[in-house]
Amino acid sequence: MLTAPSLGYMLLSPMLIVFAAAVIGVLIEAFMGRAHRAAVQLTVSIGALLLSLLQLWRIRDLSSTTAAVDSVTIDKAGIFLQATVVILALIAVLLIADQDNFTAQASAIPGSNEEAMALQQKSQQTEIFPLFLFAVAGMMLFPVATDLITLFVALEVFSLPLYLLAGLSRRKRLLSQEAALKYFLLGAYASAFFLFGAAFLYGYAGTISLVGISAAAGSANEVFLLIGIVFVSVGLLFKISAVPFHSWTPDVYQGAPTPITAFMAACTKVAAFGAILRIFYIGFAEVETLWRPIITVIAILTMLLGSVVAIAQRDVKRMLAYSSIAHAGFLLSGVVALNKEGLAASLFYLMAYGLTTLAAFGIIGLVRDSSGEVTDLNRWIGLGKKSPVVGAVFAFLLLSFAGIPLTSGFIGKFAIFSAAYQSGNIALVVTGVLASAIAAFFYIRVIIMVFFTDPVNDSVSVIIPSVKSRISITVATVISAVLGVAPSLLLNVAENFSTFIK
Amino acid sequence: MSLLTLIGALPLLGAGLIYFLPSKNSDLIKKYVFAVTTLVAIGSIFLALGFDKSVTSMQYVQSNSWISAFNINFAVGVDGISLVLILLSTILVPIVVLATWNESEGGRWGVKTFYVLILILETMMIGVFAATDLFLFYVFFEAMLIPVYFLIGGYGSGNRSGAAIKFLLYSLFGGLLMLASIIGIYVISGNQIGATFDLTQLATLEIDNRTENFLFLGFFIAFAIKAPLWPFHTWLPDAAKAATPGTSVLLLGVLDKVGTYGMIRFCLALFPDASKTFTPLIITLAVISIIYGAFMAIGQKDIKGLIAFTSISHFGFITMGIFAMTSQGMSGANLYMVNHGFSTAALFLVAGWMMSRRKSSTISDFGGLQRVTPVMAWSFFIAGMSGLALPGLSSFVSEFLVLVGTYTRYPVAAVIGTLGIVLAALYILIPIQKTLHGPTTEGNENLKDLNLREKFAIAPVIAIIVVMGFYPKPVLDLINPTSEKIVTNAGFTDPVAEVNK
Repeated sequence: MLTAPSLGYMLLSPMLIVFAAAVIGVLIEAFMGRAHRAAVQLTVSIGALLLSLLQLWRIRDLSSTTAAVDSVTIDKAGIFLQATVVILALIAVLLIADQDNFTAQASAIPGSNEEAMALQQKSQQTEIFPLFLFAVAGMMLFPVATDLITLFVALEVFSLPLYLLAGLSRRKRLLSQEAALKYFLLGAYASAFFLFGAAFLYGYAGTISLVGISAAAGSANEVFLLIGIVFVSVGLLFKISAVPFHSWTPDVYQGAPTPITAFMAACTKVAAFGAILRIFYIGFAEVETLWRPIITVIAILTMLLGSVVAIAQRDVKRMLAYSSIAHAGFLLSGVVALNKEGLAASLFYLMAYGLTTLAAFGIIGLVRDSSGEVTDLNRWIGLGKKSPVVGAVFAFLLLSFAGIPLTSGFIGKFAIFSAAYQSGNIALVVTGVLASAIAAFFYIRVIIMVFFTDPVNDSVSVIIPSVKSRISITVATVISAVLGVAPSLLLNVAENFSTFIK
Repeated sequence: MSLLTLIGALPLLGAGLIYFLPSKNSDLIKKYVFAVTTLVAIGSIFLALGFDKSVTSMQYVQSNSWISAFNINFAVGVDGISLVLILLSTILVPIVVLATWNESEGGRWGVKTFYVLILILETMMIGVFAATDLFLFYVFFEAMLIPVYFLIGGYGSGNRSGAAIKFLLYSLFGGLLMLASIIGIYVISGNQIGATFDLTQLATLEIDNRTENFLFLGFFIAFAIKAPLWPFHTWLPDAAKAATPGTSVLLLGVLDKVGTYGMIRFCLALFPDASKTFTPLIITLAVISIIYGAFMAIGQKDIKGLIAFTSISHFGFITMGIFAMTSQGMSGANLYMVNHGFSTAALFLVAGWMMSRRKSSTISDFGGLQRVTPVMAWSFFIAGMSGLALPGLSSFVSEFLVLVGTYTRYPVAAVIGTLGIVLAALYILIPIQKTLHGPTTEGNENLKDLNLREKFAIAPVIAIIVVMGFYPKPVLDLINPTSEKIVTNAGFTDPVAEVNK
């Protein structure tokens, strides 16, 4: 006979709120009239996220390994990561709420009469809100999940909506659909690898819980453990777009509607790195000699490849995609560090990087011509002359990506490299600074294009952002700027929250 | 808040307040900026008057916690060396503002932006010399690049964006190598005495030789790029040619000094053993710089390129003086930094006026300016003579000290270095003869002499060059105690002193 599991509702409430809001969102789609759907959906999303954030604040000092039997561990670092996801999602939802970016009717074939009709009726695809909320909830579950099955479920819960959302672009729909398909197929492979690895780990340890796997380390032939770790890592490294599992990133970043790219780039990284940190710090820390060399090599390759290939990009979204690959490499240094400093540094880095990314993609969404967004860098030439403020903000964000002092990106890089150096991975630090030097080149080249070159055509212009986009970009930029000058505000919090419990 | 912090913050505050001035009234903006920078200069003179020369430790110290998670402090203070460099910077800025009154116009952006960049740069120049926290120094060191980058790229001439990006990438590359070293020394301090960025505490660390050598190289390459030392110099001529004369003055006169200052403050103080190991190599590079810079200067057809290459030669002297590890060499190098700042300023400012009048920067376009524009010609002549270290002008004292200091330890290097002086006569006298003397050539007949504003701007520089040539004592009094202390702390004794015993 089954006994009902005892659940820590208080601890789970931040996630439950978002899940519930997502379900309500589906009901709204079914029962609400077209006219008010968008506004109601947006209100529900923002309300749920705010409520969830409030709830996270209220449970900030609590922790438990048995919140949902043994599958979920709520601890300091988990709460920080969940809060990071929610805050970034709050900023992202304002970008997403600009309906203009999404297709009028996803089911209509691109270029068909149906599509034209949908456009004419000004119909809107409001399903994006519940899909978005499901993704957010999945992202909140992923970094607190402590057994392999829950991890897999969370991975799928946040990935599936993203596959769909990536295909919903209003313009260049074929490109968007291709990106979605590619993302889905490769993501499915990665999930399969994850499951395969999970099976090996279960076979090795006889348990699916991370703590159990850690306890079982050394008890049997380590080859099975290694195979399990490697395959599980493949699934995770795919999500953070580490080399050699990165090839989907530029296509999906380019094809997806820009607000979705922003959301994906910022929040997926937080969720996936949260999970990676927990898995490696809790589950595999005992057998670090097995995986550390592998992850170190992957981190080095990711940093170098991301920085070098970004130089050749002529599309701003693809460039930022490769830049995000390079940043994944930097963040992996925090995983390899395997110390408290590394965890605190990663927490800070994820928040700072997420904010900068959201603001940067928010601005990309503003640069348009008559047929939609312009992401070709050659057409960005001279943009700073036409819109100095937008140009200056974008330049500031690029300098933050490049890690110039007095930006949050610099503090993040410093924190993570000093943690890596502390753990003795000097090679990572040296590669990291070299990659940063290479990366600086393409960030600065964009600044040159925007500011130092005269505009050649006038077809590109910066649209006046709606209030929602404006709030979103401003908030993200301001927090990012403040973190550059007064990083203690967040660093101290990150340090206090940098504990995983077993 | 110490007077030092106040002086450092003043330009930044001024940059903030500029927002309230009307953009259209560029004359008002210029007057306002001149007033602010003059105030800063006066403030720094008070700083020097209140400085206790008998004490070699840091003065005007202030320390506030900035990033407590890494024990990073906003810690500032000055000793003799940093004080004279702060004086140099703060005195040069108002002169540059006055001398290049119209430089801000015709740029890519407005007048306001130009002066905001200049004022931000001034705060960072003061900060970089005043910082006694390694992390704080690094922040100023790197962040300083951004205003210069926009000044070159936005207001320069010729291939300005190419030069700006080259400048930035070279400097960033060096800076990032230094960052790796900074992380290294920070972690080592954490293992030994508790994580800190405080310079005096970092100097007490015991680092094994191999690590120390690598950390030293990270710092040294960054500073050698900045200084610039052969073979890391290739960005400088491009940047100097593309930048406006005013920006060039600040770039060569002050910013490049951060490189040589860094060698003294960080390479020698933090890694004395590694400094010893690399000294022969560095002295060789310095000698190559002296000779190479001089030969390249002789071959230049462009005035700005000429001044840039003479500077490479002079930075060779400074580096040689520093790594000679004698108190004369060190004092000479420090004095050289100040003198080079003023003589380069004079050269660039007068050259800038010549170029804007003649609308050309090619040396052969000028001729016989002495007859047409006597005041301008005399100013250029004195600046040039200071550049070739004519006795009686400021550079002579410092060059002499450097050569004497070097000779006692590295006689061969000093002798080859002396060759640089002979070449200096060539690279200065030939252009002076071509541009100033002889019959007035076509196109130069109607050039106007310096106006009152320009005379007011150049007069203090010329005065300093002459006075410092005859009476360098006030500055040497500031420099000498600190120089001796640095040499002793690095574990060296003067060979001359040994002979006297």
